[in-house]
Amino acid sequence: MKRLLIALLLIPITVAAQNKPLGIGRAATSEEIARLDIDVRPDGKGLPDGKGSVAEGAKIYAAKCASCHGKSGEGASFDRLVATDSGKNWDFAMNAKLPRAVGNYWPYATTLYDYTYRAMPFMQPGTLTPDETYALVAYILNLNKIVADDAVMDRKTLPAVKMPSRDRFVMDNRKGGKVVK
Amino acid sequence: MDRPKSISRRRILAAGTAGIVGAALPAAGQSPDQAARPKVPSDPTKVQGPLSTDVGGRSPFEKPKRVSLGDRRTSSLSPLQDLDGIITPSDLHFERHHGGVPSIDPQQYSLLIHGMVDRPMVFTLADLRRFPGKSMIRMMECSGNGGRVYRREGNQTDLTPQQIDGLTSTSEWTGVALSTLMREVGASPKATWFLAEGMDAAVMTRSVPMAKAWDDALIAYGQNGEPLRPEQGYPVRLFLPGVEGNASIKWLRRIEVADQPFMTREETSKYTDPLPDGTARIFSLDMDCKSLITEPSFPDKLTGPGWWEVRGIAWSGRGKIAKVEVTGDGGKTWQLAKLDDPVLPKCHTRFRLPWEWKGGEAMLASRATDETGYVQPTYDVLLAARGPATAYHFNHIRAWKVNADGTVKFGGGL
Repeated sequence: MKRLLIALLLIPITVAAQNKPLGIGRAATSEEIARLDIDVRPDGKGLPDGKGSVAEGAKIYAAKCASCHGKSGEGASFDRLVATDSGKNWDFAMNAKLPRAVGNYWPYATTLYDYTYRAMPFMQPGTLTPDETYALVAYILNLNKIVADDAVMDRKTLPAVKMPSRDRFVMDNRKGGKVVK
Repeated sequence: MDRPKSISRRRILAAGTAGIVGAALPAAGQSPDQAARPKVPSDPTKVQGPLSTDVGGRSPFEKPKRVSLGDRRTSSLSPLQDLDGIITPSDLHFERHHGGVPSIDPQQYSLLIHGMVDRPMVFTLADLRRFPGKSMIRMMECSGNGGRVYRREGNQTDLTPQQIDGLTSTSEWTGVALSTLMREVGASPKATWFLAEGMDAAVMTRSVPMAKAWDDALIAYGQNGEPLRPEQGYPVRLFLPGVEGNASIKWLRRIEVADQPFMTREETSKYTDPLPDGTARIFSLDMDCKSLITEPSFPDKLTGPGWWEVRGIAWSGRGKIAKVEVTGDGGKTWQLAKLDDPVLPKCHTRFRLPWEWKGGEAMLASRATDETGYVQPTYDVLLAARGPATAYHFNHIRAWKVNADGTVKFGGGL
């Protein structure tokens, strides 16, 4: 009888556990979310206030980026940032010598802000201000002939930049089965 | 079989019967290699051995090593030719990191989950361990694995299984199902993607479909019975079974639930696959079915004709291995290999086949089929689908050429 009672008591508890939170962990504060939530999406969500011009970006680039990426983004000890040639029909699968960089193999301008802000410069990651990052993004886009010499990047103008390779990227269509894709 | 550059139990056995183990000084005619061998008693039954230790180590005769490619040491490959079974010892699991291996105090660690959720929450490591847990034995492969043989760099033949395909490993992963945490925070049914973010110097991020969170994604804190190794994401990582390794974010600090992909640098400009039609495949997450013979392989030398066991591993990111076939004649005839238990989904599966070497030249290769019916393609079939310069997912059939003198060389792809 005692066992039956315990069993009867346990049933609703088990059901409750599956439908309600277990109550483990604590609520996040808006401050700690704001501190970590640095990502920027293609629609511009996440971009902070601030702005930067091509000319400002050139100065910051020379001081903080050129040693690894080359004087004009041509690449050095680390990645090349400038490339505009894609061959006849965006030939990256056919021509291994075709360099891939921001101008020809980079679908979203917002990604440039997100990555630069979170992970650059390589030896001082996460030290750039939003203004510096906007300026660097403007400069790199300008080197790739995507924005004009007098361009200023901010939370409005950056998501509006259409990248040359934007429409080349297609969702994965492999599903297993007999066909090799 | 002789394995001049890798560790071989067979070779040690041969040395033992020749009576050279335990020689205190190099004997006449003994090679420097033999002289450098660890010294052990000539008869272990006549002397008491060392006593128990707090942390064990390998036999001094066994020295498997990861190999780093390039000077920057941002990756290392598992010594597949030195491994038996399906589990990769944790200290030999392949590595790939983009900002080095961070040092994290587990008491300071926490995971934030926010975005399209009812209750944005923070979980400490103790919190994560308190949730109902689960363990799974699953492989992880880098989508760049095998690139050097796909591109036929210099048509090299002196390549080991490790150098060819060492960016794949299998572990028992333990943690809490991500679906459990998604329920805890009340993830919106309208959410379609989530962002996972690491706390390394790269603050690595990838977008993952929510379907994976509800399916089999794991927030892992355990690997092969112990806490994760630092280079595998200590104290907590995301683990996505069957998915290209880069998306299983290590040193996980944040998950943001959303209704669109975030289009991070890695998932756009890096881990995408250019195709011959002038497009590039994006979010090509699932790892295609693949297999590789690990014995015999370079730099083995078969000591004579007769029976040898062909051994290797097969895996698929889409489920279980259905069968593995082995050829000794370069693909003219194929024989069904035996699969060792357990045959698990999205996991290395060990295959074996007794093979009679009649002397002369032979071309060994394996071909795996997974439970979706996908057959590991030939090089030409994969090349036609992907083009010669595509960037990731290189799973074509690998071959080993056995020469008449018994030496084994990498034989390219069938």
